[in-house]
Amino acid sequence: MTPTSTLYADAPSTHVFFSPARIWAIATNTLLDLVRQKVFYFLLIFALLSIGTSPFMSDFSFQDQFQVLKDVSLGAMSIFTWLMSVLATAMLLPKDIEDRTLYTILAKPVPRFEYLLGKWLGIILLLFVSLVLMSVIFSITLYCRQEYALADTMRYYANAPADLRQAQLKSITDATFTMSLIPGILIIFVTGSIFSSLTLLISTFASSMIFTIMVSVACTFIGYLQGIARDVWLNAATTGALTRSFLALVALAFPDLQLFNLVDDIVAGNSISFILFAKTAALGGLYTCIYLLAAYFIFAAKEL
Amino acid sequence: MAITDSTSHPDDLLLETAPLVRRRWFRLTVVFAFLLVTGAIRLPIELELNKEHRAAFFHGANLNLGLRERIGQMSFLAALSGFRSVIADALFIRAHVDWTHTQWGNMLFLYNNVTALQPRNIMFWDTAAWQMAYNASAYYLNDPHEPRMALRLKRQHEYFLIGADILKRGIQNNPDHFKLYESLGMVYRDKLFDHYNASLVFSKAAQFPDSPTYEVRFAAYELSHSPGHEREAYDELVRLYKMGQKEWLPTLLQRIDDLQVQLNIPAAQRINIPENQLPPHH
Repeated sequence: MTPTSTLYADAPSTHVFFSPARIWAIATNTLLDLVRQKVFYFLLIFALLSIGTSPFMSDFSFQDQFQVLKDVSLGAMSIFTWLMSVLATAMLLPKDIEDRTLYTILAKPVPRFEYLLGKWLGIILLLFVSLVLMSVIFSITLYCRQEYALADTMRYYANAPADLRQAQLKSITDATFTMSLIPGILIIFVTGSIFSSLTLLISTFASSMIFTIMVSVACTFIGYLQGIARDVWLNAATTGALTRSFLALVALAFPDLQLFNLVDDIVAGNSISFILFAKTAALGGLYTCIYLLAAYFIFAAKEL
Repeated sequence: MAITDSTSHPDDLLLETAPLVRRRWFRLTVVFAFLLVTGAIRLPIELELNKEHRAAFFHGANLNLGLRERIGQMSFLAALSGFRSVIADALFIRAHVDWTHTQWGNMLFLYNNVTALQPRNIMFWDTAAWQMAYNASAYYLNDPHEPRMALRLKRQHEYFLIGADILKRGIQNNPDHFKLYESLGMVYRDKLFDHYNASLVFSKAAQFPDSPTYEVRFAAYELSHSPGHEREAYDELVRLYKMGQKEWLPTLLQRIDDLQVQLNIPAAQRINIPENQLPPHH
């Protein structure tokens, strides 16, 4: 025993194995770092997409306009969330290694899983804040358009029978805000968390950021086709053994992202029950946990 | 941290890093095995959830090779990747542009793709049918390039049927909403003059709890124009009349008045409709 260790042998140990405060500190710092990189500038493009569609659609009926607005806005939300989750996560570890921040943090009594969890949580916070801001811009645009359409319809149907006028007004309100939009946006968030955990897993063994991004994008496309591979694997009796083995690997190793592709149908007017939404979100949580566990397993033994 | 001496022999370096590489590959293999095992565990969950999604009308788009050829590879890839609605909108807007150039064939082609991408979007079916049954048909009736009236009428009728067919396919994909039944009823009523079928689909529309109250009246009006169903229609119109003054609309009163004469209803059983409540042209 060295003299130093003898000196501190009786000192009470204040270090805890798992500290939410440490994870939160890493998460907020990750978020701050991303904010400093001006990632929120994309909101300007989003606002432009939401509001800027108006002049092109003056020839369309109100219902058509609302439909396109919702499709474009929710589509943009999906694209931005996907891009942010993949790109921001892909640069986490390489940037920390390059800046030497990783060594500074891990030299302190911070377990690797806390570091990884904190970093991932930072991305999740970023996705959450971004989606809230995009939802606010989208809601304001939709509300303004709805009010204009209602006023115009009231004027046009002023002398029509009451039930016909009510039906027209209802057709406008039905085409704008529906309760299903909320689970639709939440599912985008759940999908973002899957993408970020998957990208984190890839980045733990990747040799470069480009590799992480490329593999993550490829995994995304495979994930959207996983359902087809699974159906062929399970149902096509005529397929050869080799093909079936390959399809089984795809079906088992990749997430079924089509299950989270609900926005297209929600925008089209489909309503989603709470149970179905909860089950889908729970599956998303399961995917996230699996990828985070796998990421930790590799990162725990990574030579830094 | 792996620290290597710069003066060491390259073979020594290989010997040093070999266990690291082996350990890395071992870890990756374990992770892949872990993913496969968890994949097997989640497989029944995915299958069950997929079944529930389909029962709730999700993922109903028919993304087949035919569609891939029609919309192009990139659009098809985007549609597969969760951007079906955006691609459908782009094609819908393109169809709108084609409308301004009266390119009805192109429009039909685009609308077929739009509805294949977003079969649960009622507005797309409705707009496609309206363009074909109302606008394209009117164009071909007045086609300046076709001097023969018989051919112009034939083409006009073909577009009525195309519109009706789009609506029928729309109803197959959206059997849980009144709107397409209503639109089909209007095509039967205003274009094909098939009053009995119009009455049937208006009745279907009226069965939905969120349908407008006029669907019941529309069904009764159309039944009153269907040969052989006059008595049935009269009973229905009288039932509506007895529901109160909010149903005493000019067309309803007119149809009751006409049917009372047509069916020779005895004077004592007739509903006495004041002349001033009937439409002006009566």
